[in-house]
Amino acid sequence: MSNRPGTSGLIFKEPQLWDKSSEGRCAVSIPRTDVERSELDKKYVGDAPDLPQLSELDVVRHYTRLSQWNFGVDSGMYPLGSCTMKYNPKTNEVQAARQGFAGAHPLSGEEFSQGALKLMYYLEKYLATITGFDAVSLQPAAGAHGELAGMLVIHAYHAKKGKQRSKIIIPDTAHGTNPASATLCGYQSINIKSGEKGILEPEAVAAVMDEETAGIMITNPNTLGLFEDNLKEIAGIVHEKGGLVYGDGANMNAIMGVVKPGEIGVDVLHLNLHKTFATPHGGGGPGSGPIAVTKELEPFLPIPRIEQEIDTYKLVTDCPDTVGRLHTFYGHFGVMIKAYSYILSMGAKGLKDVSTYAVLNANYVKESLKDTMNLPYDQPCMHECVFNDENQREFHITTMDMAKRLLDYGFHPPTVYFPLVVDGAFMVEPTETESKEYIDQFIDAVKAISKEAETDPDKLKKAPYLTKVTRLDEVTAARKPCLRG
Amino acid sequence: MKEIDDLNLPDDLKYTEDHEWAKSEGDLVTVGLNDYAQDQLGEIVFVEVPEVGDTFSQGDEFGSVESVKAVSEMYIPISGEVVEVNEGLEDAPELVNQECYGGGWVIKVKPDDPLEMDKLLDKAAYLDMLKG
Repeated sequence: MSNRPGTSGLIFKEPQLWDKSSEGRCAVSIPRTDVERSELDKKYVGDAPDLPQLSELDVVRHYTRLSQWNFGVDSGMYPLGSCTMKYNPKTNEVQAARQGFAGAHPLSGEEFSQGALKLMYYLEKYLATITGFDAVSLQPAAGAHGELAGMLVIHAYHAKKGKQRSKIIIPDTAHGTNPASATLCGYQSINIKSGEKGILEPEAVAAVMDEETAGIMITNPNTLGLFEDNLKEIAGIVHEKGGLVYGDGANMNAIMGVVKPGEIGVDVLHLNLHKTFATPHGGGGPGSGPIAVTKELEPFLPIPRIEQEIDTYKLVTDCPDTVGRLHTFYGHFGVMIKAYSYILSMGAKGLKDVSTYAVLNANYVKESLKDTMNLPYDQPCMHECVFNDENQREFHITTMDMAKRLLDYGFHPPTVYFPLVVDGAFMVEPTETESKEYIDQFIDAVKAISKEAETDPDKLKKAPYLTKVTRLDEVTAARKPCLRG
Repeated sequence: MKEIDDLNLPDDLKYTEDHEWAKSEGDLVTVGLNDYAQDQLGEIVFVEVPEVGDTFSQGDEFGSVESVKAVSEMYIPISGEVVEVNEGLEDAPELVNQECYGGGWVIKVKPDDPLEMDKLLDKAAYLDMLKG
C-alpha cells in the first residue's frame, strides 16, 4: 500500500450553515455609530433575508471541511476520458487576478479597456494560428455553445447562398452534444457508423452526402481517442456537394502544434479553452468555447468583433451577415486571460510538447494495461484510450465496480460507459501533466483491482470503502430523486 | 448479465432486431422491451412513453428508456396508433426489469396493417441474430 496515494484519514462531518446558525452570532463588529438612531420609514421595511448567523471561524471551518471532501486535479490524478483534466498552472490565476483585469468593467467603454481588448485581439490571433484558420470569435460560453455557434455559422452560410439545407451527418464517434447543437439549428441528424478500425470511412460519408445535407460534424481525434485518418478525403466529399465540415475541437489537446484542422479541410472548429488551454473546469469554470473559421465564413461570426486600428482596438458591430450576439458583453473574459497566459507561458514549442506528451502518456497507459483490461480497438491512440470490462465479466465485475474501487486507491475514476460504441467503456485520459511515477501508480492500481476482481469480487461490488460516502444507491436515487434537503 | 441460453423469450411473441417484443391480442398489439434488452440495460430508472393518439411507422422511435448506465431509444415493431400507454411505469419503471412481458409492457398499438407482424422475428430467428 505504501506507494498508493489513497489512504484512510479523519474526515469531518459538516452540517449546513443554517444548522450551525446561532441567534445573534456575527462575524464582524460594526463600529459604534456616531449618528442618532432613527426609525426607517415603514414603506422601506420588509422581512429580513433568512441568512445564517455565524462567526468567522464557523464559516472558515465550513468551507475548509467541504473542500476536503472534494477530489480535484490539485489532490490527485483525474484521468476522466474526454474531459482533459490537466493541471492548470497557478500563474494563470495570478494574471487573471491582476487589478487592471479583475477590476475591468464591461461598460467602461473602449477608451478605458484597451488592455483587455488587446488581449482578446491577440488571443484570437494565437488561436487562429494554432488551428490554421483565418478568424476567431471568443464569444461562445463553453464547448456545446461553441458547437451551436459553429452550426449557426454553417446555417447562415447556406441561407446566404440562397438555399437552406435540412440534414447534417454525425458519426457515432462524435461528441454526444453534436446532434443537440445541430437540432437547435433545425438540422436533422443523419447518424453513420464508424468503420472496423474505429474511424470514419469515406464510403460511409459518400453514401449519405447529398445536396440537402448542410455538412458533417466530425470530432477529431474522435471519442475513441483515434485520429480520423480519412478526414481530408471526407472533407473533399462533403465540399464537392456544397456542404461544410464542422470540426469538434474538444480533443485538440492531442494534436495542438502538430495538425492544423484548418489545413485539412475543416471549415469551422470550436475549441475548449477550459480543456486544451488549461483553464479550470469541472466546478471551477466557467468554460469558454471559441470558434475558428475560414475566410469565407468570417462574415457570419458573432458580434461584436474586435478590430485593430493602428495601435488601438475597437469593437465592431456593423457586420450585416453575422449570426448575431451569443453572449452578454464579450464572452467569459476571465477565462480568456488564463488561456492567454497559458499560451504565452508555453510558447509554440511548449504547446507542441503538450500534445506529444498527452499522446505518449495515453499510449503508455494503453500498452501497460492491454493485458489487464480488454482493448476493443488495439491500435495507436491519441490522447486517450478506451478499454472495457470484458475480461472481468466472468467474475461478474463491471466497469462501474472497477471505477468505484479506484477511488479507494486514491484516483478519480476514468470516464465510464462512454463512448457508447464500446460496451462497458472505461476511458482513460492521463493528460500530459501527469509524471511517469503517477501514471505508474495508476497502472498498478488498475492491475491490483483486476486481481481483486478474480480473488475477491464481492469486495469490489461494495467499493469504495475509504471515501466519505461509500457505494451509493444510484438506482433509488434516480428512481426516487430527493430534490430538496 | 445473462448468457444467451438463459434468456426468457416466450414462443408466442414476435421480436425486433432492436430487442422489443410484440404480441397480437385481438385488434391490438402490445409492445415492450424483451429480456435481453432489460438485462443489458441494467436497473431501469425511467421510461419515456408517447402520448395516446400518436402515430408511428414501423421502426420509428416511439420512446426511450433510461438506466443508470445510459439512455436508449425504443423502436416501434408495427405501424399504427398508440391507444394505451402503461402509466404504471411512471412510478415503477423497475417493472420493465422485473416482468418485462407482464406488468412491464410499454404501449398498445392499433396497427395499420396487422400483416406487418409477419415481418418480425420469431424466437428462433431472434436468437440466431443475437448469436450473430
